[in-house]
Amino acid sequence: MSKVIKFLQGNEACVEGALMAGMRFYSGYPITPSTEIAELSSEKLPKVGGKFIQMEDEIAGIAAAIGASLTGKKAMTATSGPGFSLKQENIGYAAIAEIPLVVVNVQRGGPSTGLPTSPGQGDVMQAKWGTHGDHPVICLTPDSVKETFDLTIRAFNLAEKYRTPVILLTDEITGHMREKIEIPEVSELEIYDRVMPEKGADYKAYRLDEGDLVPKMAPFGSGFRYHVTGLMHDETGFPSNSTENADVLIKRLMGKIEANKEDIITYEAYETDDAEYLILSYGGTARTAKAAVKKLRAEGIKVGLFRLITVWPFPEEQVRALSEQVKDILVAELNFGQIKLEVERVVKGNANVRLCGKANGEILTPEELMKAFKEVL
Amino acid sequence: MSDQLELRLSGSGGQGLITAGIILAEAAIRDQKNAIQTQSYGPEARGGASKAEVIISNEAIDFPKVTIPNMTFALTQVAANKYISDVSEEGTVIVDDSIELPEGIVAKHIYKLPIIEAARNDVGKEIVANIIALGVIVGLTKIVTEESLEAAIMARIPKGTETLNQMALQKGYELANQSK
Repeated sequence: MSKVIKFLQGNEACVEGALMAGMRFYSGYPITPSTEIAELSSEKLPKVGGKFIQMEDEIAGIAAAIGASLTGKKAMTATSGPGFSLKQENIGYAAIAEIPLVVVNVQRGGPSTGLPTSPGQGDVMQAKWGTHGDHPVICLTPDSVKETFDLTIRAFNLAEKYRTPVILLTDEITGHMREKIEIPEVSELEIYDRVMPEKGADYKAYRLDEGDLVPKMAPFGSGFRYHVTGLMHDETGFPSNSTENADVLIKRLMGKIEANKEDIITYEAYETDDAEYLILSYGGTARTAKAAVKKLRAEGIKVGLFRLITVWPFPEEQVRALSEQVKDILVAELNFGQIKLEVERVVKGNANVRLCGKANGEILTPEELMKAFKEVL
Repeated sequence: MSDQLELRLSGSGGQGLITAGIILAEAAIRDQKNAIQTQSYGPEARGGASKAEVIISNEAIDFPKVTIPNMTFALTQVAANKYISDVSEEGTVIVDDSIELPEGIVAKHIYKLPIIEAARNDVGKEIVANIIALGVIVGLTKIVTEESLEAAIMARIPKGTETLNQMALQKGYELANQSK
């Protein structure tokens, strides 16, 4: 088997991964720095029998993807900050209606239209709480072109497996940089396809007694009868105001992610075994953090890196365990401390938690991070 | 850092320097090295000065941006004024000979070479100045092998322009050899 080695942008790798995962529908509205994802999808999808459609705006972009997913197609939409804000209502809709979907947000500087061509990481809390109401969230964030490819596939797998929208939160750093990537054969990959119900069975699209908390999903129009709504609904999908019913449904929605955290959460622990200090980072900024950790190690300082790969659900137990080992945790992120707040919450005072953050469109340099780190010594 | 090339190519939009950066990085990958390429986007890249940055290393490249370049390259005065002066003291500056060097620039090697003129007069198309640039850079640094560079160029250029680009590449090597 000959290896296919390419030199791609993160955004291009996202599309390559999506196609290998089985994406056959893309709808969206192009926005910098995510535009290459739409562009490449428009070129490649028709060649594999898929559909690309550019909608009138970001709201319609996600709405069409939800519709396509209901018919049984693996669907994706991609955007950046301002478009991510517009998509929030329908992310909630996909969450309650349990519709698999991949939403890519290539983060740029915000708020509002902010800094279109510069990186930011100010949307991590929005990825969790951007849509109203309690809802399950899966959010993944890559630090390289190769990992963008891998996590796009994983985002589709998790979306299908847990019938939920999955947010792939990248940033302008990884989205636009070009890097070497070895593309595997599709046969080498683990691809999860939606579990279909059996014909003739007594089908309930939202049944409550499935062991893994995820009901089987029949493609709309395939002969199974059910209703799809953003309202609280019963097992058939028809709206229900019953508080007993709502209690069971919302607990199942939250529970299906909570119960499967071990399957969903991934992270990288680098040089943490003997670490006395920790830098915690994610996405493109984690590359700065790894460079800084290598330089600090070379100076004899016992510092490690904990890199979030799954942002939501947050790897609470792993971070808490490390907080019992280290004196200080420095969170490096391109915002004013969104994940720092989460780290403070989970470490419960075990370790000092500090921030090295900025949101002016520049990437953190290893030197800046090392300077911030050394304030603790 | 010494075995790592951190290069910034700059010029005006349309001169093909982003393509040149990609080709150089792809050549490095053909040589089993690691490479990362980034570029300027948006208003900054329209007209005015545009830049592409390439890091080539035998090691894993963590931080993806060029901080202190050990080589800077410019094809226009505007780009030179903006993008070449922060070169490391041990580094190399290469500019087109139409450019007046910014005051106070410090580098180990500074080359002013007739790149655009060679493209226009010797090769016959100004558009191949970027390929001449690649010949100059690789001729001076040997950062990638000539085989890989040629293969990477041939894989990126439009069909029917092979001879033209081959001539440009050889012209670049020639300019590099003359300045050693």
